[in-house]
Amino acid sequence: MDTLLSVRDVTVRFGGIVALDAVSFDVGRGQICGLIGPNGAGKTTLFNCLSRLYRFERGTILFENQSIAQFARHRMASMGIGRTFQNLALFRSQTVLQNILLGCHAVSRGGFAASALRWPGVGREERRVHDRAAELARLIDLESVADTRVADLPFGTQKRVELARALASNPKLLLLDEPAAGLNHEEVDGLMGLIRRLRDELKLTVLLVEHHMNLVMRVSDKVVALDFGRKIADGLPAEVQRDPEVIRAYLGDDQAH
Amino acid sequence: MERTKSPLRWIAILVVLAALVALPFLISDYRTFQFTQAVVYAIVLLGLNILTGYNGQISLGHGAFYAIGAYTAAILMDKFGVPYWATLPAAGVVCFVFGFLFGLPALRLQGHYLALATFALAVATPQVLKYKRLEEWTGGVQGIVIMKPDPPEWLASFVTLSQDQWLYLFSLGVAAVLFLVAWNLLRGRAGRALVALRDHPIAAEAMGVNGPVYKSMAFGVSALYTGVGGALGAIAVQFVAPDSFTAFLSISFLVGIVVGGIATISGAIYGALFIQFVPNFADQISKAAPWAIYGLVLLVFIYAMPGGVAWMLHFVAARVRALLATR
Ligand SMILES: Nc1ncnc2c1ncn2[C@@H]1O[C@H](COP(=O)(O)OP(=O)(O)OP(=O)(O)O)[C@@H](O)[C@H]1O
Ligand SMILES: [Mg+2]
Repeated sequence: MDTLLSVRDVTVRFGGIVALDAVSFDVGRGQICGLIGPNGAGKTTLFNCLSRLYRFERGTILFENQSIAQFARHRMASMGIGRTFQNLALFRSQTVLQNILLGCHAVSRGGFAASALRWPGVGREERRVHDRAAELARLIDLESVADTRVADLPFGTQKRVELARALASNPKLLLLDEPAAGLNHEEVDGLMGLIRRLRDELKLTVLLVEHHMNLVMRVSDKVVALDFGRKIADGLPAEVQRDPEVIRAYLGDDQAH
Repeated sequence: MERTKSPLRWIAILVVLAALVALPFLISDYRTFQFTQAVVYAIVLLGLNILTGYNGQISLGHGAFYAIGAYTAAILMDKFGVPYWATLPAAGVVCFVFGFLFGLPALRLQGHYLALATFALAVATPQVLKYKRLEEWTGGVQGIVIMKPDPPEWLASFVTLSQDQWLYLFSLGVAAVLFLVAWNLLRGRAGRALVALRDHPIAAEAMGVNGPVYKSMAFGVSALYTGVGGALGAIAVQFVAPDSFTAFLSISFLVGIVVGGIATISGAIYGALFIQFVPNFADQISKAAPWAIYGLVLLVFIYAMPGGVAWMLHFVAARVRALLATR
């Protein structure tokens, strides 16, 4: 299969903590890859490496066979890596629509002079991104709250805004950091259907961090498990679920609490 | 805030504009001069609001950019005989460059530290302007006296204007253009990026916003507005001297945007009226303790209208609309 993302030997240290310890795995184009592990395993740290928020001291990350280390972090969106954040990172003073519009930043044009002087083409470009944002609001079922300030919305809805904003940049690879956290049963089922639909209809590749095992195991094509920064399993969901090391990591984690 | 799209809004804007144009024909030349100064402050506050209100970078040093704009205009007119109107774009460009360059190291500073760094700029300005080596250009402590422009000749066949009336209308025209440009900027792609960087810089960069470029551009554009304001202010006052540009001026600008309404366009106008007229008003109330009165008025504003005049009016308008809708 065509490999979209290749993580090779990536190591991240924070002082004494090894947050990622020589982690390697591949994600094929069009796959939904689950990324699991107990709290503090390094899942979010890996996401932050993928969006260039954290530096990794060793290893390489190849996206479409190019090392991402040579690009600034604001280039990741236009290269095709979109993401949501575990602890919401929305523009809270802004409406839902404005948040999604900002998501279009990487796939639209025009700087200060273009905006300020509104030279020819700017109006058309603005209409295009407004249409796109409205369409995404419809797709993610945010139409009714499009003009509501994000800060005034319930947690679950804010998570959907994050998703819509991430999709706005038309990513090839979508990083979802615990999208099911705080959702009820029905909402989780809806999310599962949505993730599949996004993959099929928008031809996305998805890397999904989730503690909700039922969701991960049912929706993923493959699963990677981390524990204390090390990869402990990598394979089909059913295999990973049975893996003794994975079971130990989770049980050990449970006993510790 | 820029949500309502009704034609009513445009009608309201036109009515206000018409009233502003009519104003100098109804009041004395001295009052007209005061309103010219208020128009100048409105331009400055709009510039400061782009940086501090919309982009979240605090500045206690905009008096410095104001001074640079004022001196650019004065030197160009005094030493090079440049016509007054041509000094405005020059002041804008000079201040843009200064602002952009100051914005680059400021990228490493946030919150209180940025406030201090910009305050340092404000504190240093008067003394830099007095510096001996620059005296040949700046006129040292004496400053520079410039001529008040006459109304253009082509206008004389339509209407006779005093110098003050003309300067007011000229400033109003400049301000109208600059407000329109700022409105376009802030509602477009660049403006959204500025606000996103303020609300959540990490998320903004993850969505593709080039943080360093946008933040230093915000500094540049903000300084440009302030510089044009400074140039117009110098022409209106017919005089520049170091001691007009103390740190207190910078603080007044910050007071202006907070009282007017942070991150609003119209707030620049309310804030400008405040910083122009409240000190005068305080002086009339008490010759002995005008600043005590000023402080008192400021406190009243802050308690009565948290969020500033613009947000308060917005809130009142929304309530009125809701009331009318339930009728
Ligand atoms: N910016 C940081 N500075 C210091 N330590 C950090 C930082 N980010 C993460 N860590 C540490 O790295 C380790 C991995 O954290 P990470 O957030 O990646 O875990 P996670 O797998 O996402 O956990 P969770 O399921 O709780 O979200 C933890 O020990 C954490 O404390
Ligand atoms: Mg995490």
